[in-house]
Amino acid sequence: MTTEMAFNAAEPDQRPDVTIVDCGIGNIRSVQRMFEAIDGRAEIITDPGAITGCRRLILPGVGAFDAGMRALAEGGWIEALNEVALVEKAPVLGICLGMQLLCRHSEEGRAEGLGWIKADVVRIDTGGDARLKIPHMGWTETYAAKPNPLIPSDGAEQRFYYVHKYRARCDRREDVLATATYGTEFVSAVHRDNIFGVQFHPEKSHRFGMALFRRFLELPC
Amino acid sequence: MLSHRVIPCLLLNDGGLVKTLKFAKPKYVGDPINAVRIFNEKEVDELMVLDIGATREGRGPDFDLIEQLAGECFMPLCYGGGIRSFEDARTLFKLGVEKVALQSAAIQSPGVIREIADHAGEQAVVVSIDVKRNWRGKPSLFSASGAPIRHSDWLASIREAVAMGAGEILLTAVDRDGTLQGVDSDLIREAANCAEVPLIANGGVGSLSDIRAATDAGASAVAAGAFFVFHGPHRAVLITYPRYDDLRALWNSPS
Repeated sequence: MTTEMAFNAAEPDQRPDVTIVDCGIGNIRSVQRMFEAIDGRAEIITDPGAITGCRRLILPGVGAFDAGMRALAEGGWIEALNEVALVEKAPVLGICLGMQLLCRHSEEGRAEGLGWIKADVVRIDTGGDARLKIPHMGWTETYAAKPNPLIPSDGAEQRFYYVHKYRARCDRREDVLATATYGTEFVSAVHRDNIFGVQFHPEKSHRFGMALFRRFLELPC
Repeated sequence: MLSHRVIPCLLLNDGGLVKTLKFAKPKYVGDPINAVRIFNEKEVDELMVLDIGATREGRGPDFDLIEQLAGECFMPLCYGGGIRSFEDARTLFKLGVEKVALQSAAIQSPGVIREIADHAGEQAVVVSIDVKRNWRGKPSLFSASGAPIRHSDWLASIREAVAMGAGEILLTAVDRDGTLQGVDSDLIREAANCAEVPLIANGGVGSLSDIRAATDAGASAVAAGAFFVFHGPHRAVLITYPRYDDLRALWNSPS
C-alpha cells in the first residue's frame, strides 16, 4: 500500500486534474477550493504558455462580455485555448461569463466570442413579469435537456446559484445541456463534444456544485 | 417555482460574532468560523458577514479572518465593514469573497461604488442602507458608524447608489433589528419600487411567514440575524436555518 502511494505521488509529469485559467476576470479561488474539497488537484495558471498538456480546463469569468474577450485576447490566450479545446480535445468547462465566451457573439457587446458553441448570447427574457429584477440572482432548479455526463436526468433535484443578465441561445437543440426558468425558460448549460458551459456557479452551489465538479473530474482525458 | 434567497446576516465585533437589538446591546453568540461552518453544512442560500466595529474603530477589514471564513463557504459570501477603497474590495475578491457591502464609503464618496463595479461587475457591489423611523414614523437614513449623512432622503440614497453601479441594495430597518417581531413591509415596498436592482430586506424576521411578507412586499431576498442564531424566549444561542422543503412550501403557498 505504502509503495503504491509513493509511486503515484512520485510521477513527475502528471498534470493536476484540472487547470483553471486566470486571466483576471473571475473568482478563481472559489473554483480551486471546491475542487480541493472533493480531493481533486486544481492548478491556476496566469500564463497561456502553461496550458499545453493540461488534462481538463476550466474557464471561469464574471463581468462584461467584451471585457472578457479583451482579457483573453490581450493575455494571448485565444490561440492556446483553441489548441486545447479543438485540437487536443481536452474536456473544457466554461462557467458563467466563461460559458458565454464559448459562443459567437453577445448582445452585451461587439466582440467576437470563441465560437466553439453555435450560439449567440442575448438578454434574459423575464416574460414581462415586473417582479423579476435583472440580474437573475439566486438559486434556481435546473433540468437536464438530454442525457449528459454533468447533470443527471434521473429526476433528482438539481439546484444552482445564478447571477446573470444574459443567456445563450443555441442554433441546435442538441447543444442544449440544461435549462432553467426565470420568467421564461432559458438555456442554463451548453455542450458540444468535449466542450461544456454552465451559466450558473457550481463553485458556489454547495453539494450540487460539488457533484457536478466530481462528474467533470470523471470525464476521460 | 420562483424562489428567493434567504440569507443569514452575521455581525462581527472584536473578532467574535454578536447579535444586536435595534443596533445596540451586542450580545456575544459565538465563534465566527464555527458559525460559518455550521451555516455551510446547513446549505444556506448565501451568507452575509458584517463587521460592525470596523468603521467605528477606524480600521479596515480583518483580511485574515475573512480569508478563513471564505474558505468555509461553498455558497456566495458577502462581506461588509470598513471597506474604504477599491483596493480593499479587490483584496476581498482575491480572498474568495463574491460581494462587498458598502455603507460609509458609499455615503461619503459614491464614486467608489462605480470603481468597484467597473472592476468586478455590478453584481459584486451591495450598498447597505440603514433606515430608522422617527417618533412620527417618518423614515430617514441612519448612520450607525457616525459617518456624516449628506441628505436624509433615504429613497434618494437608493437611487443614487443604483445609478453609481450598485448591483443590490441591502435595506435594514433599524427599529426591527433583532426584535423578531416582523418586517417593515411598507418600508420594503417603497424601497423595492424605487430600486431597479434586487433588494435584500433585513430586520425583524422572526418566522417563515415574516420572510414571505418581505418577498410579498417586493424584496428579492431576505436577510435575518436573530432568527437564525437565537432560540426560545430567553434568546438562547442555537444556529438554525429552514429546511429547503419548508422554504419551497413557503414560496409555493398562495399570498
